[in-house]
Amino acid sequence: MTPGSLPFARDDGKGSVSSDARVKSPRFTLSPMNQRRLENFRRNRRGYWSFWIFLVLFVASMGSEFLANDRPLIASYKGEILFPVFVDYPEEKFGGFEATTDYRDPTIADEIDAHGWMIWPPIHFANNTTKLDPPTPFPSPPTWSLTEDQCKAALAAQALRRHTEPPPGGGSCRDLEPEWLGTDSNGHDVVARLLYGFRISILFGLILSGISSVIGVFAGAVQGYFGGWLDLAMQRVIEIWSSLPHLYILIILSAILTPGFFVLLSILLLFSWVSLVHLVRAEFLRARNFEYVNAARALGLSNSKIIVKHVLPNAMVATLTFLPFIVNSSIGTLTSLDFLGLGMPPGSPSLGELLLEGKSNISAPWLGLSAFATVALMLSLLIFIGEAVRDAFDPRKTFS
Amino acid sequence: MSADGPLLDVRDLSVAFGQGAKRHTVVDRVSFALKRGQTLALVGESGSGKSVTAQSIVRLLPYPSASHPSGEIFFGGRDVLKMSNAELLGIRGSKITMVFQEPMTSLNPLHDIQRQIGEIIELHEGRAASTRARVIELLTEVGLADPAARLGAFPHQLSGGQRQRVMIAMALANRPDLFIADEPTTALDVTVQAQILKLLKDLQGKLGMAMLFITHDLGIVRKIAGDVAVMQRGRIVEAGRTAEVFARPQHEYTRTLLAAEPKGEAPLADETARTIVSADDVRVWFPIRKGLLRRTVAHVKAVDGVSVTVREGQTVGVVGESGSGKTTLGLAILRLIRSRGPILYCGRAIDALTASQMRPLRREMQIVFQDPFGSLSPRLSVAQIVEEGLLAQKIALNPGQRREAVARALTDTGLDPDTMDRYPHEFSGGQRQRIAIARAMALDPKFVVLDEPTSALDMSVQAQIVDLLRALQQRRSLAFLFISHDLKVVRALASDIIVMRRGKVVESGVAREVFDAPREDYTRALFAAAFSIDADESGAVSQ
Repeated sequence: MTPGSLPFARDDGKGSVSSDARVKSPRFTLSPMNQRRLENFRRNRRGYWSFWIFLVLFVASMGSEFLANDRPLIASYKGEILFPVFVDYPEEKFGGFEATTDYRDPTIADEIDAHGWMIWPPIHFANNTTKLDPPTPFPSPPTWSLTEDQCKAALAAQALRRHTEPPPGGGSCRDLEPEWLGTDSNGHDVVARLLYGFRISILFGLILSGISSVIGVFAGAVQGYFGGWLDLAMQRVIEIWSSLPHLYILIILSAILTPGFFVLLSILLLFSWVSLVHLVRAEFLRARNFEYVNAARALGLSNSKIIVKHVLPNAMVATLTFLPFIVNSSIGTLTSLDFLGLGMPPGSPSLGELLLEGKSNISAPWLGLSAFATVALMLSLLIFIGEAVRDAFDPRKTFS
Repeated sequence: MSADGPLLDVRDLSVAFGQGAKRHTVVDRVSFALKRGQTLALVGESGSGKSVTAQSIVRLLPYPSASHPSGEIFFGGRDVLKMSNAELLGIRGSKITMVFQEPMTSLNPLHDIQRQIGEIIELHEGRAASTRARVIELLTEVGLADPAARLGAFPHQLSGGQRQRVMIAMALANRPDLFIADEPTTALDVTVQAQILKLLKDLQGKLGMAMLFITHDLGIVRKIAGDVAVMQRGRIVEAGRTAEVFARPQHEYTRTLLAAEPKGEAPLADETARTIVSADDVRVWFPIRKGLLRRTVAHVKAVDGVSVTVREGQTVGVVGESGSGKTTLGLAILRLIRSRGPILYCGRAIDALTASQMRPLRREMQIVFQDPFGSLSPRLSVAQIVEEGLLAQKIALNPGQRREAVARALTDTGLDPDTMDRYPHEFSGGQRQRIAIARAMALDPKFVVLDEPTSALDMSVQAQIVDLLRALQQRRSLAFLFISHDLKVVRALASDIIVMRRGKVVESGVAREVFDAPREDYTRALFAAAFSIDADESGAVSQ
């Protein structure tokens, strides 16, 4: 090799290329690293299936109104197609006099059925629909757990109240309106409560962890990247902040403010953003001295660009791995606050409130058991997903 | 076992990693034998399977993901691969011992020296009152100065060379029959490397053990080994007496390796060329703070009054051992760390500019780092890496033109522009270093700091990178500040040279004159260690 001529050993043995091939932009593909991660995620069977189950449950609960509602989805009345799910029709339309229509009222139902038809969601209860004629006093058990005698007695009582004849031969349990998991002590259907409660819990968890991650990552990034006095000061503030007794402050605040979804969200946010800061800060401290970060500095990139392009992706791995667990703890916090009676306003469908009902009605095991099963299922699914995400980002993970 | 039979006899050894369809063979039917008192060097580039071969001798590989599809390893007449774990433990650390490349991570940072060495002795001989005396004896043997006083020292309190001496003392504690040294000097400075090699050679002569020496450095092989086996892609392509193999290499790969040392003469220093960068009396002091009020009690003088002038089309080589402040000097001149003393770029003072005032100048002043694996973001494609500077400097334009510019830079550095949408991990070390150079060259700079650009590369690739740099310099009249501890590379590139030690300039001048007639003792010791691997006895260099 003589100096002056360029001695290029092409290790891959490829020759020169035409100039149009080299300027063509690549179409969108997943980078090899992300392909590997996706592969690893799929290889964790439990996590992968949990992810799909969770996704189905999540999407289903987003459409709770179409699964459990006290209004029909579509109704036809005197030749007119109505959408009671979306539109509030006054009762006078059907010959009544209330401002809103109670489609579960036998009079209205019979009136509509006489002049058209109704398509109901699978569950005829919304989260706050009170059952008017329960087979037993509230909390009433699931209808499938009733004996024939109980059903007959209930049907007879119903007929008496409505001034109609009981079904011929006293009827059977099939003639009762089905209650898959019974009702709580306010006469609300438990399945509907679970659906709506699941939705609120998940949304709350996702929004809370989303916002606290953004704040946490930002704070950690600033601390880790710039270091020095800023880091020192913020660390001390965070230490003091996180040593405050959270629960007492929550109790005090919820006594002053009227609890609601967003009030609770903001109160919990006050403390939850701290959880990611240390992690992200450590990642930034490590990554800011990487040679490619130095190289970027030498190329003249501004600090904000370096942070976003070179350092943040490192921290995102740790953040994403942590995220399902943060969602979990957010849901856990909300549920326990509801259980203590400090959470969502009374009447809102929440899993914690249902657990509390289960506790105060030991004789109605369907309340506690179904709430427990839902919370356990939800948290386990998220943990399994979290494990799979952790596997996906683990560079040393191999499956045999 | 007969007295003159081989101590170690490796026959048809293969090593494979992974299982099933993904299994790939990294060592392919390797055979060699080693007698008592003999030294065999396994030479090859990174990834050739030499370390894996050595580790399978004591079954240190991560089984069961590693496996041996074929082969036998006879040590003292018994097949190591068939031994029970209990038998193996009796051999490891007593009959066969190993020393690894990185002495810092091989020692337990929480144990002092006495405990580290004592543990080995007690493990095989039982607890005894004489252990302490034995440790001191061993440390004396490996030439650690003032051993009794150092017994309580922790690994981080020792220098790299001292740590490697401690590792050797641990390896020799039980008087092994076979001593395996896996690149024991690669992480050390040249002067220290020479000392350690001399020590190993002396010890082997004294103790009569067999030594298996793994290295990528042919200079070391020549110095230390009687026999050599050249490995390439898991096979031994050539083996024999070192002198013969070096004089008459049979295999083409051996010839390539032997020819791979950086060659070529640097251009003569030209005093009339335009000055690109001149720095005068540059100082980088890091304060040492103590006490409650964090008062500055002293300074670590990383760079202490160094003056440099780099001219157009020429290279200034900065040499010195690790910790001598060469990299810090480079970063200071590029204003990537805070320094004092005037720095002029093309006649313009840049030492007082703010970060944003510096930003336009970054286009003309670039840097290439040592580690081609660390200096490229693994998340960006090659095109994204190379165009980053163009984007930051708001040069070029629309995406199409930018890709054109990237393609040009890649072609200039000898890479196939077709590969620009691949990711760094798909490239070899040498190719990655070319990408890093392309990133700097894409901005069309006038001045480039090359911070050990060849140190992390294999020998044959080093020569290619040196040739590439020289060609680029000639074509574009680039001014280089070339930082390296590798004097062979510096000699091939630099027209001026600065020898640094502990932040200060020991000697500087026209490269050819300094190389031919070094004035200072330290420079002489450094050159002897680098070019002929001779240890310095005068005390001019540290341990």
